[in-house]
Amino acid sequence: MMEEYKLMKGNEALAEAAIRAGADGYFGYPITPQTEVIEYLMREKPEERTGMVVLQAESELAAINMLYGGAGAGKKVMTSSSSPGISLMQEGISYMAGAELPCVIVNVVRGGPGLGTIGPAQSDYFQTTKGGGHGDYRLITLAPSSVQEMSDFVEMAFDLAFKYRNPAMILTDGAIAQMMEKVKFREQRKRSTEAPEWATTGKPPDRERNIITSLFLDSVVQENRNIKIQKKYREVEDNEVLFELINGDDAEYLFVAYGTSARVCQKSVEIAREKGIRVGLLRPITLWPFPTKILNELADQVKGMLSVEMSAGQMVEDVKLAVEGKIPVMHYGRMGGIVPTPEELFEVLEERIIRDYSYA
Amino acid sequence: MPETITFEEVIAEENLVYKKSDVLTDDIMHYCPGCGHGTVHRIIAEVIEEMDIQAETIGIAPVGCAVFMYNYLDLDIQEAAHGRAPALATAVKRLLPEKYVFTYQGDGDLAAIGTAETIHCCNRGENIVMIFINNGIYGMTGGQMAPTTIEGMPTTTCPFGRDVTQYGSPLKITEMIATLPGTCYVTRQAVHTAKHVRLTKKAIRKAFEYSQMKKGTSFIEVVSSCNAGWKMTPVVANQWMADNMFPIYPPGDLKVPGKQ
Repeated sequence: MMEEYKLMKGNEALAEAAIRAGADGYFGYPITPQTEVIEYLMREKPEERTGMVVLQAESELAAINMLYGGAGAGKKVMTSSSSPGISLMQEGISYMAGAELPCVIVNVVRGGPGLGTIGPAQSDYFQTTKGGGHGDYRLITLAPSSVQEMSDFVEMAFDLAFKYRNPAMILTDGAIAQMMEKVKFREQRKRSTEAPEWATTGKPPDRERNIITSLFLDSVVQENRNIKIQKKYREVEDNEVLFELINGDDAEYLFVAYGTSARVCQKSVEIAREKGIRVGLLRPITLWPFPTKILNELADQVKGMLSVEMSAGQMVEDVKLAVEGKIPVMHYGRMGGIVPTPEELFEVLEERIIRDYSYA
Repeated sequence: MPETITFEEVIAEENLVYKKSDVLTDDIMHYCPGCGHGTVHRIIAEVIEEMDIQAETIGIAPVGCAVFMYNYLDLDIQEAAHGRAPALATAVKRLLPEKYVFTYQGDGDLAAIGTAETIHCCNRGENIVMIFINNGIYGMTGGQMAPTTIEGMPTTTCPFGRDVTQYGSPLKITEMIATLPGTCYVTRQAVHTAKHVRLTKKAIRKAFEYSQMKKGTSFIEVVSSCNAGWKMTPVVANQWMADNMFPIYPPGDLKVPGKQ
């Protein structure tokens, strides 16, 4: 049988993948560079294909709270936005984490701060992996680096969100969202007809009422709730770390990068290898949980690491924490919507890591 | 000498003249004596019981005094962030279209921080019931100025009375909502007398019925007293409400299906 490939934008792949994942609802608000997600969904009429509901909300604030309502009813719900819109959603994300509600949120990151630029950036790493909203919570975060992964990670994100009853985020950027690549979609999943036992669907006589809330005024109850949630997070850290290691076996130097930066680094690795320099790339696929263990192990093997991000240096903090000071770790980044070139990254690696730390 | 009856006789089945709805839990309400919330909760419970829709109903609780609505109503309930109840309700109703969905919100929640969600939910004509308790004050945080605080009324954040030249006039959001084609039934009621309680119950029953006819949003404002926040006794607060709030928020229907 011929395998069916389509040529698609990253944003469209997200939308098609949502339908195929058996999502029950999408709620969103237009913002560049991710508006094609809702445009594709509206055009595609998923209510006819699978019964999926698609609604344009009056704001990102309303959109994330529609996710809260839908998730509270036990449904598979998704939204997408870009950095300023995701900032507006932080209240709702914190509430969903607090109420232990599953959902998928896509952040097609653009350069900030403020209104910033519509060009691609990776400057929302802190916001995504360290909080963003208030309180002690975490977001399961997947970072695709191709249009194929934009598609694959939607279903994966839904599965993780429901497995742990926690919001999951796909953290991508304007480059992957806007570029076209071939993509192979999974089979259409049926929408679930059964609600999880905790969902608010109307209280039948034979069970207690279901309450979705993040409010626990009694400090002891609230602390116990937090302990339970933190225990769940430790499970996620133990079981769900994903990464890709490229040319790692014999590497003397290592790039660490995700998403668009990882694609550029892969080219830089090739440039270095042509020159006989043994360089590898560790690409975190889950940004939280972060691939701490593998980085710590690699720190025993390589002489230095260059963390590359389209930001002023955010993920580099987690890389440094992972290697525990065993080797030098430097950051290199471009901002404002600029994507670095492979040659540029190779030069930086050579100057700041290889030359400066060749004694190591 | 008047005839006396024993406690056993009082609680005997044949002498039973009133019993609380089974849709109310046995939790002791935290509401202040004289507050309208408890009465409106009871009315909602009775309507749901009489319509036999407990298993078909999902409620959305607000932030404010009624944040603990889920402790008192034996229903599946979601607790919303401040002002966002209509967004939650929109998704619940769209994803479970056969169910009854209602929001329960105060004036700060519905008419200040959640104004956008309120207006757009009603404008889309979501087939839900919205119950709006208007007591002109932020009760839970201790009596601050609300969008519906009337002119001259003192609160902790306008201690010399609401000056409309500085803080705007009381927001008649129910009148605004009645102009939206998305709404089906818009009414203003009260619960300070037995007569008004009966009228409010009729209105809430109608609203639940209309919500399943897919004709749009049903919106019920209940003008209520907050004697604790107003620093009055319950009796004085109810009289003050009738004398001072009704001229601005007159009880009655603003929009009834089929009567445009």
